[in-house]
Amino acid sequence: MTAVALPLPDVVDDGGDLRIPVTAVVSDAFAVARRNLIGLIRVPTTVVFSTVQPVIFVLMFRYVFGGAIRVPGVRYVDFLMAGIFVQTVTFGAMNTGVGLAMDLQTGLIERFRSLPMARSAVLAGRTIADAVRNLFVIALMVIVGFAVGFRVHTGVPEFAGAILLLLLFGVAFSWIMAYIGLTTGNAEAAQAASFPLMAVFVFASSAFVSTATMPGPLRLYADHQPVTATVNAVRALVLGGPTLDKVLAALAWTVGITVVFAVLSVRRYRQAA
Amino acid sequence: MSANNAIVVEGIVKRFGDLTALDGIDLEVPRGTVLGLLGPNGAGKTTAVRILTTLLQPDAGSASVLGLDVVRQPNAVRSSIGLAGQYAAVDENLTARENLRMVGQLTRQSPSTTAARTGELLERFDLVDAADRPARTYSGGMRRRLDLAAALIHRPPVLFLDEPTTGLDPQGRNDLWALISELVSDGTTLLLTTQYLEEADHLADHIVVIDHGRIIAEGSASELKATLGTTLVEVRFPTVRRARIAARQLAAVGPTELLEAEATVSIGVTDSGRALLDVVRLLEAVDLAPKSFNVRQPTLDDVFLQLTGSAPAPESDESRGAA
Repeated sequence: MTAVALPLPDVVDDGGDLRIPVTAVVSDAFAVARRNLIGLIRVPTTVVFSTVQPVIFVLMFRYVFGGAIRVPGVRYVDFLMAGIFVQTVTFGAMNTGVGLAMDLQTGLIERFRSLPMARSAVLAGRTIADAVRNLFVIALMVIVGFAVGFRVHTGVPEFAGAILLLLLFGVAFSWIMAYIGLTTGNAEAAQAASFPLMAVFVFASSAFVSTATMPGPLRLYADHQPVTATVNAVRALVLGGPTLDKVLAALAWTVGITVVFAVLSVRRYRQAA
Repeated sequence: MSANNAIVVEGIVKRFGDLTALDGIDLEVPRGTVLGLLGPNGAGKTTAVRILTTLLQPDAGSASVLGLDVVRQPNAVRSSIGLAGQYAAVDENLTARENLRMVGQLTRQSPSTTAARTGELLERFDLVDAADRPARTYSGGMRRRLDLAAALIHRPPVLFLDEPTTGLDPQGRNDLWALISELVSDGTTLLLTTQYLEEADHLADHIVVIDHGRIIAEGSASELKATLGTTLVEVRFPTVRRARIAARQLAAVGPTELLEAEATVSIGVTDSGRALLDVVRLLEAVDLAPKSFNVRQPTLDDVFLQLTGSAPAPESDESRGAA
């Protein structure tokens, strides 16, 4: 069937499809991010809960278990906080998946897919909003850390680098969670599916204890997974010592996860029912 | 085919695994008219809408909206259509104004156009008082109105409404019908799906009845009703046994149908006066006294019953009672 000439000349480009302007990719993503941020402000419980949990961890590890944990050459509270920061952004990423699953359930994604907007905008907007939320929650955790005795042993540039690395890692994990949220298509299922995954990444890592204390196979896994890499890099950035290799390893994981899961998620989004 | 058709569908087939949701559907919707796609749950109505709105790819056949191919020119189609689906797809945390602003931005309207259009739609859809409250505080009817407003923000020439009144109370349904009629009088082309027979009767110029992914009848509401004969004579008996005997006798008058549950024989006739005399004479001959007579025009329910051999979806009974 040939396209019939129609009185919509501004819409069609010589028989092909309407082109989404490049600027729209950015402006659409920000329109969606704005909507998600308004949601975070109107329903503050998600921010509150993603803050309360790491605060409890800080208090627990600082005052309950901390006394029994020895990490050679460093005060435990300084060792702990790098782990807490990474834990915070990793668990926070669950909101990305749960939020997307909710949008699928309510039919909002269906509406977005019927609009002449950039395909990537819904997912990109969500991760931008989640990065903003992460920045806020990290700031809060830094304050909590200082209150319980944590100190930065390097300078401001290194500390800023650590925060940037945390934000990027949060984005990477958001893409994993986006994929899970789009695949399950159900908010409760997304939540249930992500928790064990998070636990395996966060607890079997160098976040709370040195991996040197772990039995062989577990240690092998813990030493070669993205959370450990990021925790080690953040730790080096705030405590000093050899830094570059650790930061590069963390960045490699971050970029790799982002690329793989962004591709998978966008593909999933296109097929989303 | 005519360039006056806003929507053209040719031989669309869609399968989900073993299930054939659409089994070769053809449709033509002239500009500025309303097509009612009528069928029970699972008939394939939503699948058809999702293909026409570029959300789903057909396995075979072709479809175009304003001459734009839904598979090859999805973005162009998207900018020419509005869709309000079965769920009110609004952001619960945003106010009506924020929801409309977001959709305006995503459909590439200028901020000033969006603001003006938002004001106009809030007014028209009676949402002015609630405009700055989050949508989660809205009633079902208000959400549907906001959803419809969001579908209209970019003045799409073609509108798709998938079961727009499902789950609404009678008042909400009547309000929405009035709004839809108003839209259509502005020249918008509308494809509407519904399982409410009277909704199609009320809103659509042309009705296509689908079941199991196939078109089983089409025409205007009055044409569909006419396929049954112009008038129905219903004769009720004290017992089902008597109704059964009477049904055999009355077959001489016209096509009969025995409604066992009501011990009633329904006869399709063209000349009701003549038919009544015949009915009385035939019943007298076998000495069967009826309990009551009823002469009425057929409803779309009757059409549906005849076409599919089963009563329409239970929800439509509610709607009939409600409206």
